[in-house]
Amino acid sequence: MAENLAGTVGPEQQFKNFLSEGKFMIQRCKSLNKFFFHPRVAFPGSGERDLEWVEASGNGEVYSSSCNRRLPEKGGDFNLSLITLEEGPRMMARVEGIDPDKVEIGQKVKARISSLNGEPAVIFDIV
Amino acid sequence: MDQNDINRLRGKTAVVGLAESGCGLASGWSAMEIMASAVHDALDDAGIKLKEVDGVFAATAFHSMAAMSLSEYLGVKPKFADGSQIGGSSFLSHILTAAMALDAGLINVAVVAYGSNQKSAGGFKTISEAMPYEAQYQPRMPVTAYALSAKRYMNEFGATREDLANVAVSARDWALLNPRAYTHQDGPLTVNDVLSARPIVDPLGKLDCCLVTDGGAAVVMTRSDRAKDTKNTPIYLLGAAMEHHHRMISEMPDLVQTSAIESGKRAFSMSGYKPNDMSTIQLYDAFTINTLLFLEDLGFCKKGEAKELVKNNNIGPAGNLKVNTNGGGLSCVHPGMYGLFVTLEALRQLRNASGDDVGQRLNGGWIDNAKLSVAHGNGGVLSSQVTNIWGVSDTL
Repeated sequence: MAENLAGTVGPEQQFKNFLSEGKFMIQRCKSLNKFFFHPRVAFPGSGERDLEWVEASGNGEVYSSSCNRRLPEKGGDFNLSLITLEEGPRMMARVEGIDPDKVEIGQKVKARISSLNGEPAVIFDIV
Repeated sequence: MDQNDINRLRGKTAVVGLAESGCGLASGWSAMEIMASAVHDALDDAGIKLKEVDGVFAATAFHSMAAMSLSEYLGVKPKFADGSQIGGSSFLSHILTAAMALDAGLINVAVVAYGSNQKSAGGFKTISEAMPYEAQYQPRMPVTAYALSAKRYMNEFGATREDLANVAVSARDWALLNPRAYTHQDGPLTVNDVLSARPIVDPLGKLDCCLVTDGGAAVVMTRSDRAKDTKNTPIYLLGAAMEHHHRMISEMPDLVQTSAIESGKRAFSMSGYKPNDMSTIQLYDAFTINTLLFLEDLGFCKKGEAKELVKNNNIGPAGNLKVNTNGGGLSCVHPGMYGLFVTLEALRQLRNASGDDVGQRLNGGWIDNAKLSVAHGNGGVLSSQVTNIWGVSDTL
C-alpha cells in the first residue's frame, strides 16, 4: 500500500542511496523471477509489486555505442553506450578506459561505481 | 472493439486548408506569431472564417499549454482542444483526435498548428525534462539516441555510413526542386560531403542531422460533407494510427525496430491501401537513420533491406520511390518539431495533382497523378510513431 509515503523514499532515491554506499543494485520481481531497470514501483507491463533489490553482478555487454564529440576545453569527446546487463536489463552508461570511438557492440564490460559531476555513477570498463 | 468500428473514421474528415509561415529565418517574430500567421493563412486557403473554428490543436517547444495559448491569441473559444505533446509526431496524433472530435459532432472546424522561432532565438529548442537514469551521463539529445540506433543498425545489417549518406543526398536533390526549401540554393550533396561533414555524435555527422530553422504550419479540417463546399480540393484522411513503446532511448526494446511497425499496419489497414499504393511517401527524417527505419517499419521493404532501397538515388526525384519530396527535415525545413511539415508535403502533392495552385516546383518536383500519400511522424527518440494516410476523392 502506498497511500502514506511519509518517512520513506521511492525507488529512484533508493537506487541513488545504494550508489552512494558503493553498491550497484537492481530490482528483481520475486514472483516472475525477472530483473528490470530502471527502478520502478512495480514490474513494467504487468504491475507485480513483490520486488526486491539485488546487487548486480556488474557484468554486461555493449548493446550499442556512440562517440559524443565535444570541444577539448569542455572536456573532450566522450563515450555513451547502452549496456545489456548479465541479468537481462539494459541501461545507459559510459564506457571508459578506451578511446570513446573504439567501443564496439558485443564487447564485454564490467561495472564500477565512479562519479560524474559530483554524483555517484555506474561506469563500465572493457573486460 | 473490432476493426470495423475503428475503421469508421476512414474518409469521414478532410483537410481543406493548409499553410506554412516563417520557414527558414523569421527574426523578430515569436513562435506564437509564426503559428497564428499560419493558422490565418490556412483558413484563407480553406475559405473558412476564423469565427467558425471551434476545435484547436497545437503543440510547440515554447508553450506548455499550446492549445490554450493559441486559442487565446486567435480569439477563439474552442469546444474541444488538445495540446498533447508527444514530440514531433504530436500533430499527426492531433489530426487523429480532430477526426474523432469532428466525427463525434463535438466540433465542426478544427485547426492543427505549430510554430517555432528556434533558429533566430538561438538554436535547437526543447522543453523536455532531463531523463532520469540518463541525464547524468550527459547525452547530446536527441542526436545521441539516433546515433545509438544508427550504430546498432549498421552492426546488425552490415550497413555503412555511405548507406546513411544516400538518404541525405536524395533529400537534397528534392530540395533543389523546391523553392521553399531552406537549402534550395545550396547545390547538390555528394556522399563524400556527408561522410566528411563535422562529426556530431558518431556515427552521425552534421549532414546526417536535420536542419535547424524557424517555421510554423497549420491545417484546417472539417467533416467530409462540409469539405465539398470549400475553396480548394479537399484531401481525405483515410487512415490514422499511433503507438509508442518508450520515452528514453535506454528503454527502447529494440534499437532497430520502431513502433511504426504497429502504427503503420493499423493506419494502412484502416485506409484499405498498401504501402506500394502510395504515390508519395513523407517520412519524419530528423536524421538519416530515420528514413531507413521507417521505410522498413512501414512495409516498403523487409527489415535490413532499406540500405539497398535507397541506393542509386532510388528515393530521389528520378527514383522509384517518391520519398520526402519537399527535401525533408534534412534539406527543406526543421523548426524542432517537423510533423506538420511531413503532413503539409503529403497534402500539397495531392492538391497539386488535383489542379490546385500550391506553389511552384522545378521540373520533377511535383508527382504526376498523385492520389495517395503516407505521412509518418516520429517523436522523442524514435519513441512516438504516428501514421496518417491521405487520399484524393477518387480513393474514398
